[in-house]
Amino acid sequence: MARLTMIEALRDAMDVMLERDEKVVIFGEDVGYFGGVFRCTAGLQKKYGEERVFDTPINESAIVGLGIGMAAQGMKPCVEIQFADYVYPAYDQITQEAARIRHRSNEQFSCPIVIRMPTGGGIYGGQTHSQSPEALFTHVAGLKVVQPCTPHDAKGLLITAMEDPDPVIFLEPKRLYNGPFNGDHAAPAQSWKSHPLGEVPEGHYAIPLGKARVHREGSAVTILTYGTMVFVAEAAVDSLGLDAEIVDLRSLLPLDLEAIEASVRKTGRCVVIHEATRTSGLAGEIIACVQEACFYHLEAPIMRVTGWDAPYPHAQEWDYFPGQERIRRALKTVMEA
Amino acid sequence: MSSKTRLSFAHPPARPGEQPDFSSLEIPKAGALAVPPLDVAATDCVEHANSLIRVLNDAGEPVGPWADYLGSPDADTLRTGLADMMTSRIIDTRMLNAQRQGKMSFYIQQIGEEAIGCAFRRALKPGDMNFATYRQQSLLIAGDYPLEKLLGQIYSNAYDPLLGRQLPTLHSAREHGFFTISGNLGTQYVHAVGWAMANALTGKDNLAVGWIGDGSTASNDFHTGLLSASSYWPPVILNVVNNQWAISTYTGVARGHGRTYAARALGYGLPALRVDGNDYLAVMAVTKWATERVRGGHGPVLIEWYTYRVGAHSSSDDPSAYRPKDEAKAWPLGDPIERLKQHLILRGDWSEERHVQAEARILAEIVDVQKRVEAAGTLLDPQPIPGASIFKGVYADTPEHIRRQRQEMGV
Repeated sequence: MARLTMIEALRDAMDVMLERDEKVVIFGEDVGYFGGVFRCTAGLQKKYGEERVFDTPINESAIVGLGIGMAAQGMKPCVEIQFADYVYPAYDQITQEAARIRHRSNEQFSCPIVIRMPTGGGIYGGQTHSQSPEALFTHVAGLKVVQPCTPHDAKGLLITAMEDPDPVIFLEPKRLYNGPFNGDHAAPAQSWKSHPLGEVPEGHYAIPLGKARVHREGSAVTILTYGTMVFVAEAAVDSLGLDAEIVDLRSLLPLDLEAIEASVRKTGRCVVIHEATRTSGLAGEIIACVQEACFYHLEAPIMRVTGWDAPYPHAQEWDYFPGQERIRRALKTVMEA
Repeated sequence: MSSKTRLSFAHPPARPGEQPDFSSLEIPKAGALAVPPLDVAATDCVEHANSLIRVLNDAGEPVGPWADYLGSPDADTLRTGLADMMTSRIIDTRMLNAQRQGKMSFYIQQIGEEAIGCAFRRALKPGDMNFATYRQQSLLIAGDYPLEKLLGQIYSNAYDPLLGRQLPTLHSAREHGFFTISGNLGTQYVHAVGWAMANALTGKDNLAVGWIGDGSTASNDFHTGLLSASSYWPPVILNVVNNQWAISTYTGVARGHGRTYAARALGYGLPALRVDGNDYLAVMAVTKWATERVRGGHGPVLIEWYTYRVGAHSSSDDPSAYRPKDEAKAWPLGDPIERLKQHLILRGDWSEERHVQAEARILAEIVDVQKRVEAAGTLLDPQPIPGASIFKGVYADTPEHIRRQRQEMGV
């Protein structure tokens, strides 16, 4: 088993699927000849030809809308939006079309499309290279929403997403593309190549959608999170010496309700963490689910640590990004309650 | 106010209370335009995109190069076309009445636009796919779609193939080459291009056909569809049905200072033709040309069908609030049914008497279907589809949270 970066793991997943299924096509802005602005599709056009991997005009509605037409006809498009921050021109196609075609046609047509997009901050990306728009998709019936945080999961989940019969929004935390990140921006960058979670099996393997992964077992408090915040939470927990359980949700829609409930019933305390802004963010939904199912097991109010309700800033990157210190404060509050 | 800059606001030629006025329209004589080669380039069809292809003259005779290109269709073909259009119109009339009687919630008529969908549909082959709007029910009728299903969808009862999930007239009929209609305008124009790309990539020798109205050409996805078709050159026909009105908004608002919608395609490098949409033979001839072009691998084409929306926008609309009451009667391209009927009579293949008989036969058939479908439930006599069906088909497999909601509903 080789160690790969998340970029290499994602590319490997697409390579495996292009090889296995001739109906798979890959397209988006700069994904063809150039291999993607993040190199996620490097070499694929050369290997499989322009009819399988190609460049598109700068038009997100075209990228998704063409994919929907192709998917409805029987192909398996895996398309890329260059940054999640630029998905909005395709929002009509995603929410009103891709998400609804199966239901509104009573299954005459379906839409097996994967829409990949780099997401998240912590990279001085400013307003339009840092956003976490997952709640705009988890609110839409008919979509599935996935976000991996390790190369292993990135490959396995992308393969599953590409084999799924329904539309999947596949969010890739670009802060984790090359290595894990614990929120300490002063520390030297670590590569996945020297991290055990960079171990990626060769060939085809699948990780089911809708299933969370326990990143760290514990019994004192449950942390429900995903993406970059898994590693920030882990560092915060370690620095406190706290026996916390960190659940990496991986699948944001549908949520793994059973895993969430099992962990919170065990620990009796819960903190939800995400980069996205707070109000009407996914944490609100998760907290509501926990409150409904685990109320009599709770020993403290559920807290959330999120991005602030402001557009993602540039200069104030580390005031905005929910770092270890903010997570420690929330954990102490929940543990002392 | 000394500035020389002024905004321009388009206005229709006449408003309620005024005389209909189409004197400013340029309607060229039938037979004036040549038939371009199937592989014509956008630069060589400037005239075709700005003028109007017409075959039937005022006397009902087919004239000119497009008439020659079409040849003389046999009488049965034209009589079938006439029956298709009459069926469409009778259904429209009956369904609007049923809506007024409170038997169902909503209806959209296509009166005056029947020739376009009816003649176009008869030129398609099995496996071709239409990406229609809500005003191309004629594609289903001329495609011999079972009328029980068509009406069942409108009544949202047990005959409805879509289990009551969609607003009336938002059909879906995959086996009849009819993609699921969305309420969101313009989106399907891009799907047509994507579907056509998939056909080309998988070696399927079938067409995809996009449909859009004049008002919706203003949507982002009109641009997206044209650009994508131009970028990848797939086997797609992109239709614009210009019926002069987008609900209450005069077509000039969407058209702006452009002359025609067809001409917009030329800027994308796509060939385009502009056609008299009320001339059944012109629709036949141009459809024959377009399908031969696209099936022959010469790439996409855009067609602007020039017509007039005779009815209200929908059963929820009252056009007398924004246009003259008799405007449809003044429309210079007339009525597609009357014009084909006149042509058939001129050929000696039809008569007033046969027309009256045909009308009675079609009406009886539709009344019969309507009775059967209404017996399965109307808004006045509801026989609802079980609520549990809401949860089916959101996904291929029902996830846990939806399973819990179904339990909460108690079903």
